[in-house]
Amino acid sequence: MPKLTINGVELEVAGGTSVLQACEQIGVEVPRFCYHDRLSVPANCRMCLVEIEKTPKPVASCAMPCSDGMVVHTDSEMVHKARKSVMEMLLINHPLDCPICDQGGECDLQDQAMAYGFDRSRYAEMKRAVTDKELGPLVKTVMTRCIHCTRCVRFVDEIAGTPELGGLNRNEHMEIGTYVTQPLTSELSGNIIDICPVGALTNKPYAFEARPWELQKTETIDVMDAIGGNIRVDARGNEVMRVLPRLNEEINEEWINDKTRFACDGLKRQRLDQPYVRKGGKLQPASWSEAFSLIADKLRDIAPGRFAAIAGDLADCESMFALKSLLKLFGSSNIDCRQDGADYDISVRAGYIMNSSIAGIDQADAVLLIGTNPRHEGTSVNARIRKRWLRGGMRVGLIGAAVDLGYPHRYLGATPQTIQDLIDGKGEFAKILQNAKKPMVILGAGALARPDGAALQTSVCALAEKYNMIRDDWNGFNVLQRAASSVGGIDIGFVPQSNGLSTKGILQAAETGKLDVVYLLGADEIDMRQLGNAFVIYQGHHGDKGAHRADVILPGAAYTEKNAIYINTEGRPQMALQAVFPPGEAREDWKIIRALSAVVNKPLAFDTLMQLRALMVEAAPVLANMGHFVKADWKSFGKPGSLTTKPFHNVIANFYMTDPISRASPTMAKCVAEIVPLTMPEAAE
Amino acid sequence: MSFLKSTRRLFLYELVRGFALTFSYMFRPKVTLNYPYEKGPLSPRFRGEHALRRYPNGEERCIACKLCEAICPAQAITIEAEPRDDNSRRTTRYDIDMTKCIYCGLCQEACPVDAIVEGPNFEYATETHEELLYNKDKLLANGDRWEAEIAANLAADAPYR
Repeated sequence: MPKLTINGVELEVAGGTSVLQACEQIGVEVPRFCYHDRLSVPANCRMCLVEIEKTPKPVASCAMPCSDGMVVHTDSEMVHKARKSVMEMLLINHPLDCPICDQGGECDLQDQAMAYGFDRSRYAEMKRAVTDKELGPLVKTVMTRCIHCTRCVRFVDEIAGTPELGGLNRNEHMEIGTYVTQPLTSELSGNIIDICPVGALTNKPYAFEARPWELQKTETIDVMDAIGGNIRVDARGNEVMRVLPRLNEEINEEWINDKTRFACDGLKRQRLDQPYVRKGGKLQPASWSEAFSLIADKLRDIAPGRFAAIAGDLADCESMFALKSLLKLFGSSNIDCRQDGADYDISVRAGYIMNSSIAGIDQADAVLLIGTNPRHEGTSVNARIRKRWLRGGMRVGLIGAAVDLGYPHRYLGATPQTIQDLIDGKGEFAKILQNAKKPMVILGAGALARPDGAALQTSVCALAEKYNMIRDDWNGFNVLQRAASSVGGIDIGFVPQSNGLSTKGILQAAETGKLDVVYLLGADEIDMRQLGNAFVIYQGHHGDKGAHRADVILPGAAYTEKNAIYINTEGRPQMALQAVFPPGEAREDWKIIRALSAVVNKPLAFDTLMQLRALMVEAAPVLANMGHFVKADWKSFGKPGSLTTKPFHNVIANFYMTDPISRASPTMAKCVAEIVPLTMPEAAE
Repeated sequence: MSFLKSTRRLFLYELVRGFALTFSYMFRPKVTLNYPYEKGPLSPRFRGEHALRRYPNGEERCIACKLCEAICPAQAITIEAEPRDDNSRRTTRYDIDMTKCIYCGLCQEACPVDAIVEGPNFEYATETHEELLYNKDKLLANGDRWEAEIAANLAADAPYR
């Protein structure tokens, strides 16, 4: 524990702490470009120079470990002069194009030049110019602005695990690039835009659209996957301009995937902005009252068992709770929030959430992935596993489709048989699990949707118990859900009650004419042909598959347009906040259901969002722990059944288009055209 | 009251002096202008109607940096931008609400490329409010019409900047 003095303040820090980190601990600001908390330390920008007594020259504080008796000055004449000189050198080849640079207003170089630089230039010679690199449809490059901090190179090497960027040539001729011109294939590539301290790497779809100072910033939650990454939605007027990550150490750290970041332009296209009613086989624009009265006609004398509802992947807890309450008033319990047709045991909460939590991956020393590709199903989970793997001493095994996870792993097999072998203690990985102190197993939601999903859940539960993964201080059983609505829907009870029908049952019944009305709450991934002749009410925000089949369309709000609660795959409830208003006549989803309940003469017992939430928390007390991960009690679970020998397949064939929003996004379409052929050849065919 | 004061009052001395002063202006140079046939002198710094300028080769100067929009204290300027076909940064919309504008001149001070300027024109009264909501076409047309005067004014003021 070295003791040192910084600007006259004495402090004691942990061994291995750098001087820059020590300065941060006591709130002393040290300017920097190349240093980043989560990346390795190259010490090449020299901006963090400080004066340390008894050293002849200024020292780069980011790479200098603290030692006992060090006396550091960050405010001396020498430091000021050093910073000014470094800044002057960085600006020698940096163009003066701030007015046309998208980074302008949120640029580290701009800010630090104001704070630490000279007030004028002494440089009259020609500046160098660098050819721009083509990095695909997401990242725009202006390489003349690059100051060679190499943050992007280190990010793709270390965090993303796709070493595609590098520095070519030396000193003044140095260029950052891919060498072979091809798009970045990483699904985390958008983050290099955020970590670039200058405007060399910027957001391509957002190019020139807005300035940071004119944006309304709303801190909310992402729903493109079940991770619930924390995001900031930047809107101008009533238009979402961009999505940025927000720091949450327990979930996404400070990274988000490209779908989360770039699919937001899908929010402006294909939107349902007014109710529609099918007349003579064609959907015609209608008024709310017209749409409601048609639904009321259909529901007037409906038998309890002939009404069903399916919730889609993006449904929020409030609307699912309201719809569940409405169907209850009709005496129907044919409801399901798992539109992929999964039918596993949900009697124990620990059986469908991620019990280790995402942050818990940092402690694990063996990970077994079953029927999942976390790189696409939960990018933040994969980034955590990679981060843990980088630290050393962890083994990863994969049962399922052979995929590139971005870190070395043992491929164990493609069929559920391998799980049985592991339970029987066969194979090398069984020994690894046996010897691991904190082993964990991650079961993909795609695997649970297989016909033998329930049996899979049972056997993975047995596996977890056999390898001592369930202890007081550790729970290694994890389900990686795919949809933002899954855990929330199950927690608030949007699942078949008593003898109600599940998704599969609903579709079968509809096909054979045993259902009169099916209510789709944003459910687009089901096979619409199976709905038969049922009267279909579609409530959602995009004109996707569900809307095409619908008889009545009720325009709802997308995740940026409503205050709503989502529960992520860890079972952590999080609050999404409204950034913009729904377009046209579209309304918040719970309000639509509440209004409909009044029209059909079965008014629901709430009038405001607060009343609704109070009722919801009463029904599902776990919702009260807003933003917190709560451990679920363990009890053996599972439904009897036998495993098949069918191999696992990749559930997400096309990472860039998985939901109505990303399917409507032109940027995602470009990714499908340019990146998918490189990374997911089977999806491109 | 003295004799002198009484006499002055009797002969309306103050009135006579007043009329004499008024009459004397008949023989001095007149100060009114026969507007609109005559106009007074304007400073090169006069802040009149706005204009968007072009480069001599016809390329518009404005690069959509939005600094004028940011600094405008009356929030009279609205800009939207996107990459043009040649990938340069250009405005798709540049609106000034001339009825909101307070003619402070901060927009032309903020402009890094001398694109938005307040020209010497002050005669643009309109019959309707809508006509004072200027768009990009109107502002560029103003720039084309007043370029000679604006350039001369900028040149005249340059030594003091």
